[in-house]
Amino acid sequence: MKPAPFNYERPKTLDAVCDFLAKNSNSLILAGGQSLLPMLSMRLSRPSLLIDVAHVKGFEEIKKIGNTINIGPMVRQSVALESSVLKNHLPLLIKALPFVGHPPIRVRGTLGGSLVQADPSGEIPLVAVTLGAVFHIRDGNDNIEILARDFFLGPMLTAMPSSGCLYKISFPVSKYSKIGCGFHEIASRKSDYAFASTAVQIEQNENGKIETISLGIGGALDYPQVINISGYNEKKINLKLLKELISEALLNIDFVGDFHASASYRKRVTIKLASRSFSDALKEIGYI
Amino acid sequence: MKREKFKFLSKDRVPSENSRFVSGKGNFVADIDRPNMLHVAILPCHEPAAIIKKIDFSKALELKGVVDIVTGDELLNAIKPLLNGLDTPHVKRYPLAIKRVRYAGEWVCAVVANSRAVAEDALEKISLELIKQEFVLDAEEALSDKSPNVHPDHGSNILLEKKFIWGEVEKDFDKSDHILNYTVKWGRNSTVPIETFGVVAEWNNIESILDVWASIQMPKFSDHIATVLGLKGNDVRVHFDVDVGGSYGVKRGIKHTILASYISRKLNRPIKFIEDRLENMRAGDAHGPERKFNVSLAFDNNGKINSMKMRALDNAGAYAGRAPFQLGKPIGAIVGPYKISSVEYEAISVTTNKAVQEAVRGFGQAPTNYALETGVDKVASYLKVDKLDLRKLNFIKASEFPYTIPSGSEYDSGDYLTVLEKVFKETNYKDLINKRDKLRKKGIMAGVGIASCLEPSGGNSSFEPLLNEKNKTTTWMESCQINVDALGDIIVKIHTTSSGQGHETLVSTIVGEILEVSPEKIRVSRPNSLESLPGNSPVGSRMAIMLGGAAARAADKIKSKIMEIAKFKFGVSKDNLIYKNASVISNDGNVLTWQQIIDLCHRQINELPSGMDPGLASFDIMQVPTGGKLPKNNKVHMYPCYSFEFHLVLITFDPVICKPNILSYTVGHDCGTVINPSIVTGMTYGGVAHGIGAALFEEFVYDENGQLMTQSFLDYLMPSSNEIPEIKIVKHCTPSPHTYFGQKGSGESGYLGAPAAISSAINDALNPLKLEVSSLPIRMHFVSDLIASHENNGKFKK
Amino acid sequence: MKIEININNNIEIHEVEPRVTLLDFIRDNVGLKGTHAGCEHGVCGACTVLMNGEAVRSCLVLAVQSMGDKIITIEGVNSEDSESGLLNIIQDAFCEKHGLQCGYCTSGMILTAEALLKVNTSPTREEVREAISGNICRCTGYVQIVDSIMLAADRLSKRNTSPDKS
Repeated sequence: MKPAPFNYERPKTLDAVCDFLAKNSNSLILAGGQSLLPMLSMRLSRPSLLIDVAHVKGFEEIKKIGNTINIGPMVRQSVALESSVLKNHLPLLIKALPFVGHPPIRVRGTLGGSLVQADPSGEIPLVAVTLGAVFHIRDGNDNIEILARDFFLGPMLTAMPSSGCLYKISFPVSKYSKIGCGFHEIASRKSDYAFASTAVQIEQNENGKIETISLGIGGALDYPQVINISGYNEKKINLKLLKELISEALLNIDFVGDFHASASYRKRVTIKLASRSFSDALKEIGYI
Repeated sequence: MKREKFKFLSKDRVPSENSRFVSGKGNFVADIDRPNMLHVAILPCHEPAAIIKKIDFSKALELKGVVDIVTGDELLNAIKPLLNGLDTPHVKRYPLAIKRVRYAGEWVCAVVANSRAVAEDALEKISLELIKQEFVLDAEEALSDKSPNVHPDHGSNILLEKKFIWGEVEKDFDKSDHILNYTVKWGRNSTVPIETFGVVAEWNNIESILDVWASIQMPKFSDHIATVLGLKGNDVRVHFDVDVGGSYGVKRGIKHTILASYISRKLNRPIKFIEDRLENMRAGDAHGPERKFNVSLAFDNNGKINSMKMRALDNAGAYAGRAPFQLGKPIGAIVGPYKISSVEYEAISVTTNKAVQEAVRGFGQAPTNYALETGVDKVASYLKVDKLDLRKLNFIKASEFPYTIPSGSEYDSGDYLTVLEKVFKETNYKDLINKRDKLRKKGIMAGVGIASCLEPSGGNSSFEPLLNEKNKTTTWMESCQINVDALGDIIVKIHTTSSGQGHETLVSTIVGEILEVSPEKIRVSRPNSLESLPGNSPVGSRMAIMLGGAAARAADKIKSKIMEIAKFKFGVSKDNLIYKNASVISNDGNVLTWQQIIDLCHRQINELPSGMDPGLASFDIMQVPTGGKLPKNNKVHMYPCYSFEFHLVLITFDPVICKPNILSYTVGHDCGTVINPSIVTGMTYGGVAHGIGAALFEEFVYDENGQLMTQSFLDYLMPSSNEIPEIKIVKHCTPSPHTYFGQKGSGESGYLGAPAAISSAINDALNPLKLEVSSLPIRMHFVSDLIASHENNGKFKK
Repeated sequence: MKIEININNNIEIHEVEPRVTLLDFIRDNVGLKGTHAGCEHGVCGACTVLMNGEAVRSCLVLAVQSMGDKIITIEGVNSEDSESGLLNIIQDAFCEKHGLQCGYCTSGMILTAEALLKVNTSPTREEVREAISGNICRCTGYVQIVDSIMLAADRLSKRNTSPDKS
């Protein structure tokens, strides 16, 4: 199980990365490699050039600018877990990250790598769609912004241009005084590909009114999706109502089935996990 | 030897092998590099059945660094087929597919190159022209006349079909109050060591000798190599000082070794072939049993089980491998720890278009135990009696040993009820039931599982003559050599590789115990096969009994010689001499020290009794205790010793998610006298973990197109430290009357009962819903869907 | 290409193809055989090494990626930390508690334990289990491995206690 031959470059600037991408149609970006290396070793991926972006200036930064958190694509998952900025402003991401692989994977794995990999059960893509992240991509001389929920198209399939490079991930900072969140997933063994995962964030204003509810589901579908939950404004929110609303929202969604987990199972589990995630979120804001 | 006086035996002593492993100094086969060595990679064929029309490797040969490419056609003319032990001359297996591919992943071509990476580059340049054939995956289907034959020349898919009737089965069925029929399935899994199989073969054409370093755990390995390659036995030198990175039965890469050895002879260069994980999973020929059991139990109102009919249908895969014999070994404990007076056993092994089986921990015993234990639970449930009480009622009692079971094996000793009592002191059964009921009231699915079973140990091969009349083997010896050198230091030689069982610790402890020398001072050497005496490797939980036995007997011979010398020296009878602390003391106060003994043996033959040889050395070749007979009337006594284990488990799960949470796991274990407690305890923990894997996670799944879906560790799921609970082990010792110290085997402990216990617990949890699962592994979604459909049905009824 | 990597405080300079993993570099180029290949696709953890003090899987890192990083393998694990001169406290604890059988996953387990005990000096059994959950062992059922790491943690914390306090 040895990779096919390829060349290797280690550029220091985004321009240089884009230059390599433009000149080599069969090139791939190496952003940690925790998913890519197995694909290379099994020869499921055969690039002629690997562009290691670990040393590109600014790619490891986490910054809060105004109402946006900007994250460099090479921020390692283990670093993100310890980031005080992320702990303060993106608690949902912090809840999701421990489910990514095992500790040694998180040491090398990056946020950008995980997003572009677009594994259907990826936790970071799920959080990105749930929180409405924006991906900043450079394609040649063009800067493109793609909303997370428009980025994921299918299993390992994204809207990334073939010569594009993700250079920044922006998460909006909540404008409300309180946010509560919950993340739950189920896999055969902890850290396996999730059969189903759910991410919830609830925003509450100063008067205790719930302003927004975001529910994202992953693992059970071809790609992570945001589920619109409507009908909660009129009534007081409780878990029973939410469970009904979730079940209704999932009614016409096709779930993935395989020998690890049937589609019917994934659906039931998604509902259960979504309820748990909501329960956590509501508890966090003191609503229940 | 009086047991209570053990100096080193049964003491918590650090195994001597540990320090080399914790410092990264193990000698694994992948670590062995030879000058001028070449590497091999394998081209698999991904069709489950096809005729190979053409293999075009011309482009691959052009690649820089590629030295040779070998196909099945070449092997067909150069070597004999691998041996399978059955009388099936038309089921031939070679290291590479010959003309026909019989399972997806089967090896078609071997590329030999300067590096493994280049060999893999070359694989991509080989093209196969195939004619697809019909294939069959399911064992029942394979029995049908309409199914394609995996080996057309063989004429059917049946490798083995034998029905045994032991005792008055029909009479016992007629007189019983109840009969219960059920079917259970054991999924195809294996022990999947973290080290794949690997071999380095080096032919030396000047000396006509083949050196083999391999991660091997296989009886008669060098004989097999020599036979297939047409060499003399003394042309093959297998090195036993290779550390094997886990085996639990499966490390028998005979086809790998034959292939590497053949290429080495052909090219006259050392060949290294380390399977990668994909080669290992899909075609390392190391899958385990895949078995369907149809069982009928006949029992009385009071719960007494009188008779059993068991049909075991095993899906052997594409070639015989060791699969058919894995239906044979369980005959030695076919009734488990129970007094069942008659048994009908039908063993059927069929070929299908799946990968080949190898020996797996327990050699078929764990699936059989699962089938029997599931039945005992079912009887209890049917009669509405407690499943523990039912077991107690049917147990063979301590006073009834030796106990001969219907199939002819004589159980040596045991005290099952005492083991249970000890377990309940650690984890009280009633308390566990109460805890379960409290959890159920909270809406949690909760179940208590139990399993009691035996580990036949001291492995011999007496099931082979039982299944194949042409096989007349009645011995399955093991041997050991001891030399005390001129400085008085002890060297013990063992003639096998080890894969974590601690054989060096085993023999140094035993020889140290008998000669009263600190085991730390004893050097254990693992020479090559040419410097070894006959042995049969660690199979069938035999090494404590057989290697330990041979070591003890060899040490006794050393001691006898010392006593003879002392008798001569002091002119007194043996009764007036005591061997103590490696010296001999006479009752009138004379002392013959170790140094004096060494001087006499190595330097002063004039002081030795007349006719006595110089030196201080011994060897022992030991026959399996109680073995040595051929089958009579389809019955045979198998293994000498029978260890006992009792599992008690509490499992909970959410009714929707159904992820099992093992809240409590206790095992009672009786393997007689323990040589090294931490080794035995460790093997039992590990066996339970294997069993949990088999019960809940591990399976080689084939899709309807015959493709293996679980080729990597991303899909073949082995339990991690998160899935294995804190296991409590309760020890008991009923010595065996047949072994030197009363020891029994323990290499399969834990694994033999854990799958049954886990299944028992999950079924107990489902019992209030009148649901059950009857196949392994028990997947979360299967249980959840079962509960959901039950609820839906319930709604329908309303 | 020619690369330089710091392995066990030695600068190793070798000519390698970019496709060579850190695992193969350590075993084949440097010749240190204590780091083991188990699955070569990042699941089993047998190839774990320390990279800048943290446990990583060497089969999921290319050798060329590691230029500039500090790698410690099982052979280098006792260089700073050995009281006996032979085995360090963690290695010693694995011996004593028999936290191994065949020895194949052991190097990875010990390095993972090293990384854990550096950041968490008194882990619970559950924390130990979580930390080693990416390292598959087929022999031991993990119980004696957890015992070993707990013993090592205990001894390390005692060693770190100043004599007047203890």
